[in-house]
Amino acid sequence: MEQQNNHYAIETRGLNIFYGDFQAVKDISLKFERNRITAIIGPSGCGKSTVLRSFNRMNDFVPSARATGEVLYHDKNIYDPSIDPVQLRRMIGMVFQKPNPFPKSIYDNIAWGAKVNGFRGNTDDLVEETLRSAALWEEVKDDLKKSALALSGGQQQRLCIARALAVRPEIILMDEPCSALDPIATLKIEDLMRELSQNYTIIIVTHNMQQAARASDFTSFFTMDTDRAGVMVEFNETAQIFTKPKDQRTEDYITGRFG
Amino acid sequence: MPRNSLNKQLNMVQDEILLLGSMVEQATLNAVKTLKTRDIKQAREVFEQDQIINEKRFAIENAILILMATQQPMARDLRTLAALLEVNTELERIGDYAKGIAKVTMRMGEAEVNMPMLEIDQMAELAVDMLHRALGAFIEENANVALAIPKEDDRIDEWFNTAYTKILKEMVANPETIDQVNLALWVIHNLERMADRVSNICERTVFIATGELFEMDTMDEDDLNI
Repeated sequence: MEQQNNHYAIETRGLNIFYGDFQAVKDISLKFERNRITAIIGPSGCGKSTVLRSFNRMNDFVPSARATGEVLYHDKNIYDPSIDPVQLRRMIGMVFQKPNPFPKSIYDNIAWGAKVNGFRGNTDDLVEETLRSAALWEEVKDDLKKSALALSGGQQQRLCIARALAVRPEIILMDEPCSALDPIATLKIEDLMRELSQNYTIIIVTHNMQQAARASDFTSFFTMDTDRAGVMVEFNETAQIFTKPKDQRTEDYITGRFG
Repeated sequence: MPRNSLNKQLNMVQDEILLLGSMVEQATLNAVKTLKTRDIKQAREVFEQDQIINEKRFAIENAILILMATQQPMARDLRTLAALLEVNTELERIGDYAKGIAKVTMRMGEAEVNMPMLEIDQMAELAVDMLHRALGAFIEENANVALAIPKEDDRIDEWFNTAYTKILKEMVANPETIDQVNLALWVIHNLERMADRVSNICERTVFIATGELFEMDTMDEDDLNI
């Protein structure tokens, strides 16, 4: 999976995801621009996390989950049998709602994942480089042997971002990365996302509309159809979505008049 | 439905805008009336009451900023509040035009001045009527009504041109009153500008309804004889 000069980092075509008999999302066709931040917003249960998790096949861990349609990454459907999901997850990393550092030192949190993935370079340099990229180095450089669990929530989340960066992915998926953080820690993550977007493609699922408005370049609005399956209603530049949405359902949601 | 608090506060600001609008309308009609009656005392009242208009404008602006900060409006709500800010400013400026007309009465003093009062009256009545309807359409977010109103500006321009010619003729015929008659030019200028600002209000109504920002074509330089 070599880097290609493709405008889009990832693209879905007619993506449907089922949990057993229940269709969680239907007919999602979306293109995510390279080196841009795209937010997916929508009410609870509209399938936005399900779609996000399908981009690195995290749904494989749910026994009843299956997907039809295509998720194209470097012109290949990631659900093709030839794709190695472990390798895929190295290229498409993920940051979760609750910071989940390993119960190890700060240093090992970065080094361990990289080593498992076959990193053979200078580990000290890798740790420093990724912690700098995650805007955490200055705060922890003298405490690298300290337990990661001793860090604040915001620092833990940046450590998890650093850990994701250590395996040199192309895309970073973020599933509500700030919902457990205070406002200042949240703004730090948003600043960090902006920095990272120079080198990475970021797709973020958020309940926080102001966060989507502040931090993303593009926004996609999902909602639940009458059969409770999630559908994509509108995709556009973030500035357009929040000032002049085209679809009444988007308008109702972002003005808080949903339901 | 959620957002009752935002809706309620938004309605309050809209009511205040309508109130400011009626103050400005009244000030304009009163100012023009003093030109006819040459009532300097009433002219002074109009002049001084502009201060109340200015204060109301700042109070409304403050209320809008607080709403923006506390309610984080989006989409149509955001456009409505941005438009309210804009219309608030337009109304304050129209108030200044009324104040300017009152000042003309004060400066003319007791001198006999031959002014084109017919055209001035017609301009003032139509401009105030346009303003009234424009504010109604603005609050109702009725883009169709708002789109039609600026077209009436053509009649204002016609009366302006007629009045302008009459004023120039008067200056030539009675040069000794030129200083006073010159003041009448300010009156028709203010009324003509007032109608233009009504068009700006109509533009904001279309903006709320459609999200489109554009200038309504109400005045070409060629339309006015100046």
